[in-house]
Amino acid sequence: MNVEIRVQDTPLDAVAEIAPVYAGQASIGGVVSFIGLMRDMNQGDAVSTMKLEHYPGMTEKALAAIVDEAASRWDLAGVRLVHRVGEIRPQDPIVLVCVASAHRGEAFRACEFIIDYLKTRAPFWKREQTAEGKTRWVDSRGSDEAAAAAWEDSK
Amino acid sequence: MIRVLYFASLRERLACSDETLEAVPATVTDLRAQLAGRGGIWHEVFADGQRVLAAVNQEMAGAGQALQDGDEVGFFPPVTGG
Repeated sequence: MNVEIRVQDTPLDAVAEIAPVYAGQASIGGVVSFIGLMRDMNQGDAVSTMKLEHYPGMTEKALAAIVDEAASRWDLAGVRLVHRVGEIRPQDPIVLVCVASAHRGEAFRACEFIIDYLKTRAPFWKREQTAEGKTRWVDSRGSDEAAAAAWEDSK
Repeated sequence: MIRVLYFASLRERLACSDETLEAVPATVTDLRAQLAGRGGIWHEVFADGQRVLAAVNQEMAGAGQALQDGDEVGFFPPVTGG
């Protein structure tokens, strides 16, 4: 399996990341990508910028473990997982999950699994600055916990 | 000796990003109790049932996980990436 995992503080060109996942591998029949973007609203407030912090070292291990788990559940040909850190603005890609497989079903499920697990297991934290100039740490969501837990049940 | 790291809102609330402790607590639970024993904001963070996650040597750890000399322990709030 062709795997690439990166954490970067430079802009993420999500579209450019996709072709290398399947290029040159004619057995691949489907590629599914999820691109997470920064929104300009959160909890009713306009948000102007966001800063993403992580736990260097643990982040890479956690992402690799999530991809390994996906590869143990589904037959995958390639995975690319790229996550931003540092300062971002609305519309900037935060994360790209790109999964290639012989058939679409495996790729769809693995892609959703990876983002659901990443949301609850990879050590990233968002701090946002509202348009009014207030900074605050973004709270975790119960719905993310539920989405990850559903995969546990389906194991 | 263990190294303890604090991240995100925890680091800000505690005004501490990392420290080294000479004595090695037996478990993560013991370490939490020791930190809570400092009182003030430390007690608020570690003793009042708030959700603080722990990692040992950069892997998610359960409360009862044993600690050894040289370990790195990270404490942080629930994650919000993606």
